[in-house]
Amino acid sequence: MPEVLTTVTMTVNGQRVARSIEPRVLLVHFLREELGLTGTHVGCDTSQCGACTVLLDGEAVKACTVLAVQAHGATVTTIEGLEGTRLHPVQEGFWAKHGLQCGFCTPGAMMTAAYLLSQNPHPSEAEIREGLDGVVCRCTGYETIVRAVQHAAALMSEVSETSGAEDVD
Amino acid sequence: MLTAPFEFRRASTVNEAADWLQQGTEVKLLAGGHSLLPLMKLRLAAPAMVVDISGIPELHGVIAHDGVVTVGAMTRHVEVVKNPLILAEAPLLSQTAAVIGDVQVRNRGTIGGSLCHADTAADLPAAVLALDAQMVVSGPDGVRKIPASEFFVAPFVTALGPQELLVAVEVPSMPSDAVSTYLKRPHPASGYPVIGVACWVGYGGATVRLAITGIGPTVFRAAEAEAYLAAHGLNSSSIGEAARLAAVHAPVEDDITGYKRQLVSVYVSRALQHTAKGKN
Repeated sequence: MPEVLTTVTMTVNGQRVARSIEPRVLLVHFLREELGLTGTHVGCDTSQCGACTVLLDGEAVKACTVLAVQAHGATVTTIEGLEGTRLHPVQEGFWAKHGLQCGFCTPGAMMTAAYLLSQNPHPSEAEIREGLDGVVCRCTGYETIVRAVQHAAALMSEVSETSGAEDVD
Repeated sequence: MLTAPFEFRRASTVNEAADWLQQGTEVKLLAGGHSLLPLMKLRLAAPAMVVDISGIPELHGVIAHDGVVTVGAMTRHVEVVKNPLILAEAPLLSQTAAVIGDVQVRNRGTIGGSLCHADTAADLPAAVLALDAQMVVSGPDGVRKIPASEFFVAPFVTALGPQELLVAVEVPSMPSDAVSTYLKRPHPASGYPVIGVACWVGYGGATVRLAITGIGPTVFRAAEAEAYLAAHGLNSSSIGEAARLAAVHAPVEDDITGYKRQLVSVYVSRALQHTAKGKN
């Protein structure tokens, strides 16, 4: 069956992009092959490992189990778009606490952690482990990933306390 | 992994989706995609046309009215977990959705998609069966309701007609004194329940519901255990016999070693103990 190309438009890391693609193109392949954003990894390709996690309209999703056409009109953030003018606290945390060994799961682990902290700025250790349930680290370096996220949470609360210093408190 | 090629359509109304379903080619409806896309990537499914129904407004939203909570088919698991109406009226549904897959899966997967996929090892069928929910279905002959007890026909087979789609799930409100539990043993690799037990007790103990997923060919109610508990009350001495009854009557297949019945006994017992303590 000849495939009809479909036009998709989305905002990726702040930039509006449009491409004509086959409908069967997965979001992760769209990001990596159409846009050249190879920070998002393909691990298991069966929605288990979480290496392909990106933010879709601010929510962590596995990009190997989303068609690019399903992200039409959406906003996508990949690991390349996580930092602003400086490293994201999650990136600082992974750096400071050795949250990676081989680094393969790291982009997905960081995006999942960033999503967790956006939902719950002060997670307990149990909540961090639950929040990272959808990420598999093949080096089994979970302990340092948890410490990295705890460090990131502390950094983020420092920043928000400092920025709130001139307010009521 | 790439799926087989397919024609892609976006439906903006239920009627539009229904029109495509009636075209005669193999058409699949795409909600969140967390059941359908894995099958298509493995080429276990290769529909000629995929219709994205996520943009149909009628399939979204949760409302409560006249003792019933109506949950739109496109409601994602993460929304079922947090929705105040569901938490207040049918907390068992939220408890169950909270342990589906993982965070990323719950952000995309939908209640309608999971129920229509009817995986033997899905979590939600246990909750909707224990809650006596009704599936609101739209088709060529209009709208009809299918009780959860008639919806799950066989593994991956529902009572939905080929040209019908699930619009919403109607869940009767649980009584104010209800206590409920969903307890699963996740498969260590997949996270799917090897067994999942949904139960609730209410109306002063007169109503007990126990639905079990994962371990039989389809989800099933432990009717004998329910009746025993309704007659004898839920307490430390009745739980053992209820668990035994559930295991003896469980419609499990290929259980040569007795492992499946053992799991039914242990998990029914644990779920009832949680419920008796008022733990959620």
